[in-house]
Amino acid sequence: MAIIGQLILAYLAVLGFGLIINIPHQALNVAGWIGTITWGAYLIVQAFDGGVVLGSLIGSIGIGVLSSIAARDKKMPAIIFNIPSLVSFVPGSQAYQMVRNFALGQYRQAVSFMLQVIMITGAIALGFLLAELLNRLIAFGRLQWRRHQIKQS
Amino acid sequence: MTTDELIIATCLKAGKIMVENGSEISRVDDTMMRIAQNAGVISANTYVTITGVMMSIQGRNATQIAAITQRTIDLEKVAQVNQLSREFAAQKIDLPTLQRRLNSLDQASRSFPLWLQLVGAALVSGPLMIMFRQETINTWPTVVIGTLGFLVYYLLNRYLKIKFLSELAAALFIGFGAEWALQIGWGTNVNDIIIGSLMPLVPGVPLTNAVRDTLAGNFISGPARGVEALLSAAALGFGIAVVITLA
Repeated sequence: MAIIGQLILAYLAVLGFGLIINIPHQALNVAGWIGTITWGAYLIVQAFDGGVVLGSLIGSIGIGVLSSIAARDKKMPAIIFNIPSLVSFVPGSQAYQMVRNFALGQYRQAVSFMLQVIMITGAIALGFLLAELLNRLIAFGRLQWRRHQIKQS
Repeated sequence: MTTDELIIATCLKAGKIMVENGSEISRVDDTMMRIAQNAGVISANTYVTITGVMMSIQGRNATQIAAITQRTIDLEKVAQVNQLSREFAAQKIDLPTLQRRLNSLDQASRSFPLWLQLVGAALVSGPLMIMFRQETINTWPTVVIGTLGFLVYYLLNRYLKIKFLSELAAALFIGFGAEWALQIGWGTNVNDIIIGSLMPLVPGVPLTNAVRDTLAGNFISGPARGVEALLSAAALGFGIAVVITLA
């Protein structure tokens, strides 16, 4: 039950961020679904004690690949799908704790939270890079498949 | 205007709209080159940064520059330019029509009205607070303060046009609002309310584009956007830090 609740919340949050940055209304639903699916993947990683960093990496790979597929399908730029879907992966809680501990002078905790923020952000960036690699592979595979089809006919 | 000049002017207009509204650089480059190629120019050079767009045609006497002084986030316009470029490639519209449509697109206002954006802010702040903190007691204070915080940011940004100052003011408002909610017994945890309420203001577009631009090899725009995102984050963090120190 809690998991279904989380997935609904993820959908709503992505929809909300889509409204703020004004993505085309035809794209809102698809972006919401990408956010929901990738948040589900994140929750699965959490269920196996994979940690926040690995979860964010898997999530951002999913976002990169699914956005590219949605972009090709809907004929819209990929950023329209991947920026809103990413909103649930932003390390907002850790970033806030970092600022709070710095302001209160508790530098040891502050640095620990800062490292978490850097690691999560790095994982998301690496995830995008890996997703780009997968996208190129998918495009290459499609091209080869089409060539194969043409040769046979 | 000669044909060369018209081609360059149209490409620059498309590039300018895309950069102004938050597209990544490699897509701008790609779209401008496509428009040029479909207009019959094979050897065009484009140079796109987040503060200006330049274009020339190799071996001809035509070069133009478009300066970009202000940037907002409106991905609908990016998608529209993309759509127009596709229509031009499919030869559904000709070059003067493309330029006219781009000009009217530039003048057009956002498709989502303010109240819908406020609904968006409410949807971002409440659900994300529950997802991050796994509790529901503070949902309503978070939704209300998050929405009002976004409204403060929106109004200040519209009339003052200084993004970082608006973010700072919104962060101060959110911080004091959360403290106030705690004092009248509406919320139970200041941290959770602040975390949720700040989420609509997170610089998601500059951050994502910074990563994408840097990975694509645009070493001028990528780090510049990183600085933009960092300044936004610093403005938000500083506003919150002031509240925490005072409270």
